[in-house]
Amino acid sequence: MTRSPPFERPVFGPRAARFGLYAFLFVSAAFFLLPLLLVISNSLKPMEEIRQGNLLAFPVKPTFDAWVTAWKSACTGLDCGGVRPGLWNSVKITVPAVVISTLAGALNGYALAQWKSRHANLIMLLVMVGLFIPYQAMLYPTVKILSSFGLFRTYCGIILVHVVYGLPYTTLLFRNFYVGVPEEISRAARMEGASFFRTFRSVILPLSTNILVVVAILQFTGIWNDYLLGLIFAGNDNLPMTVQLTNIVNNARGSASPNVNMAAAVITAIPTLIVYFLSGRYFVRGIAAGAVKG
Amino acid sequence: MRTWLHRQTFRPDITVVVFFGVVAVFFYGSILWTGYMSLTRSTLIPNYNFAGFDQYIRLFTNQRWLVSCLNMVIFGVLYIVGTLAFGTLLSVFADRRIRAESLFRTIFLYPLAVSLIVTGLSWRWVLDPVNGLQGLVRGMGWESFTFDWLTDPDRAIYTLVIAGIWHSAGLIMVIILAGLRGVDDDLWKAIRMEGIPLWRAYLQVIFPGMRPVVTSCVVLLMSDVIRGYDLVIAMTKGGPGIATEMPAKFAVDYYFARVNLGLASAASISMLVLSLLLLAPYFYSEFRRRM
Amino acid sequence: MSSVSIRKIRKSFAGLTVLDSVDMEIAPGEFIVILGPSGCGKSTLLNVIAGLDDCDSGQIVIDAVDVSGLEPSQRGLAMVFQSYALFPAMTVRRNLSFGMEVAGTPKATIVQKVDWVAKLLQIEALLDRKPSQLSGGQRQRVAIGRALVRSSSICLFDEPLSNLDAKLRAETRVELKQLHETLKSTMIYVTHDQIEAMTMADRVAVMHKGRVEQFAHPQSIYEKPASLFVAGFVGSPAMNLLEGSLDGTGCFLVGLRSISSSAYPFENPSAGEAVLGIRCEDIGIVEPGSPDSIPAQLAFTELLGADALGWFDCLGKRMSVRLGVDAARSMAKEVGLRFDMAKASFFSAATERRL
Repeated sequence: MTRSPPFERPVFGPRAARFGLYAFLFVSAAFFLLPLLLVISNSLKPMEEIRQGNLLAFPVKPTFDAWVTAWKSACTGLDCGGVRPGLWNSVKITVPAVVISTLAGALNGYALAQWKSRHANLIMLLVMVGLFIPYQAMLYPTVKILSSFGLFRTYCGIILVHVVYGLPYTTLLFRNFYVGVPEEISRAARMEGASFFRTFRSVILPLSTNILVVVAILQFTGIWNDYLLGLIFAGNDNLPMTVQLTNIVNNARGSASPNVNMAAAVITAIPTLIVYFLSGRYFVRGIAAGAVKG
Repeated sequence: MRTWLHRQTFRPDITVVVFFGVVAVFFYGSILWTGYMSLTRSTLIPNYNFAGFDQYIRLFTNQRWLVSCLNMVIFGVLYIVGTLAFGTLLSVFADRRIRAESLFRTIFLYPLAVSLIVTGLSWRWVLDPVNGLQGLVRGMGWESFTFDWLTDPDRAIYTLVIAGIWHSAGLIMVIILAGLRGVDDDLWKAIRMEGIPLWRAYLQVIFPGMRPVVTSCVVLLMSDVIRGYDLVIAMTKGGPGIATEMPAKFAVDYYFARVNLGLASAASISMLVLSLLLLAPYFYSEFRRRM
Repeated sequence: MSSVSIRKIRKSFAGLTVLDSVDMEIAPGEFIVILGPSGCGKSTLLNVIAGLDDCDSGQIVIDAVDVSGLEPSQRGLAMVFQSYALFPAMTVRRNLSFGMEVAGTPKATIVQKVDWVAKLLQIEALLDRKPSQLSGGQRQRVAIGRALVRSSSICLFDEPLSNLDAKLRAETRVELKQLHETLKSTMIYVTHDQIEAMTMADRVAVMHKGRVEQFAHPQSIYEKPASLFVAGFVGSPAMNLLEGSLDGTGCFLVGLRSISSSAYPFENPSAGEAVLGIRCEDIGIVEPGSPDSIPAQLAFTELLGADALGWFDCLGKRMSVRLGVDAARSMAKEVGLRFDMAKASFFSAATERRL
């Protein structure tokens, strides 16, 4: 009841322990930063320096040549257009897929939170199990379903797959949020005669800004970083960046120029890293929310 | 029921039905379809003649599948234990009022924003025996230094573990840290009043009290393991030889490259059954909690 | 049984004075209740006594030993928390024994003590359950049990009943009081509930804005509040307060009306702006126009079951008067109120202290 200063958690007492603590944290930080720094620094080296073989050395003459090559002329197979088309494809796929799966998840989540039925729990359980089903057990029938609508390996097809595969996840996140929203709010809207969709649009959505951002960030990261679905469902004209990147790296000519490969890898990682660094708290919150699935 | 449906202008049920229809068709319908195919002689094209458990027999006598399963177990155990231990340690330390907490957290967590493809490629370059760490240490004068796990069939699987831990430790840290921050101040006060040493407080009071959080961490990591595809593709492509093959890769390969639908379906269903078996206790307790 | 001296404790937090030179002498075996509204510093004071919170200056002395620098576990105290703070994954038995186990108490002693506490609190049947399988009241008991097994001569309580429902709270209150009588240990009990304070305490310390406003027997806190704050905080309904001035010749002037203050036992006689405080049961109803009475109009009455409250408009204030139920039913609109000045309180308007 009483407002008092926040209780301070016990600290490691002895100075040695405190030192050990920081030593551990610094070593861990180095472990986490190592691959990123290494890849970035080598992507900035010209080929002569790469051939000297010292991976950890800083670039003596930093150059963006490898980045330029990776961006527009590295070969992914037969064509040599770099990762640029892949970036555009990824944007084209990710943006609509994120928007649709997030909004549909919000609507479903609200409906499920409102839905009082003996079977509601069972359905939630089935949805939750859906989160953990290995994609492999659904891939081939999905291919068949899409083919029968002429959507396999098309732009619309890949978006549809991302939306459907992401739906249980977004729905569950929103449902968990909406279960915590006082029911009186919906009831009040209902007393005013608002329909379900009207209530959702005018009353519930405006309350949901935070969770919308959180879910959109999670979905963005997930879809942008997807490899398997893009590989199978996108079709050659819409291959996302992750697929293009592996094609560049695994291309026979690619292995000769690691700096270009690394530059391509960094370019691929940049969008999600930007989102991560800009969204900070939301990202963390989303992870914590997503972790307690159910 | 009928009158109830007619009376309502407030209809969450329509949305629920549409949603559940989509999930039912795409998820459960697909699973049934896959399950059925696994019982047929389908190879290149679907063949709907029932063949009993032939495909499963073929699958479980397939050397590559057995190696894949073994690899998954080795990888899974090391990855889950390693990530949990490392992530928990980080979270405990981050909860100790350290300086620059948010900087450390940012560093520990950023791998999660990086795709598994880029993760795998980066670690492949770092651990590359010629150009990576080994070459580097040898270049500094230690000629006999050997760190060629990536190309060593017996050890390549451990490099996947390293990369996996790198990718997910931050996730576990954040989840556990959120749990730690949720621990009641009064509980810490009680621990101090009783004079319980810190390590016993964590091991015997705090973590046992956070069992649901830890469980959901394990569940998350387990589903990573069973689905694990991208990391292998980017890092080892299953090699050297078949030393790092995984069931997920096996299934995809047999679906799309080797085109043996029946065998691939059998592999997928086996993966599904395995994940359901592993997750069943979790779902059971979740379900009971909600009822 | 131990004595506790709290000497000149000061603490500020983020520029805010939480504790402002708190002094308290607690005799061995006393049951002390620290009472105050939210944010008055009472919980912080308890944490400082326990050693869970540091203070900026001052001393805590237990049995003539300065314990200010000691860890909480070394001060020989036990504490019961508002949220019970039971160790979540341990059985009740383990909750009771864990502290002793850590301290290296011999097994036989542990078993003996756990048995004793379980019997005392009647929780034998619960010993093998986990906290999550217990009701609020049962958790409460276990929390008290965990404090008791420490065999400390001083036990601290931080709003231990505030998470219980009203009925259970009343029962537990009685049991705690009995427990104190059995164990005779020194108890320091923090609450914002004045009924708990009135019923259980040997002495009550009323705190406000980090200071102890009054430290006395509950009855004298009720009858002779030392300050305007205590007068307003303790008692339900709150004490009726009338602003006016004392003329120094035995009269209290409210507007044009004068009330004789000659029957009031002044401790600090003075003149000037003052506030008259009078409890609802110290006002009598008389015929309008009777001598020494003040005219009042009945606004409404509240029936409380055993008795009733009449609310009157008098001297521009709404005042409560305790009435019999029958009297309340047949109350006339226009009445006279007569104050029992011997039981009233006067406060200086400037210092807000009792005169």
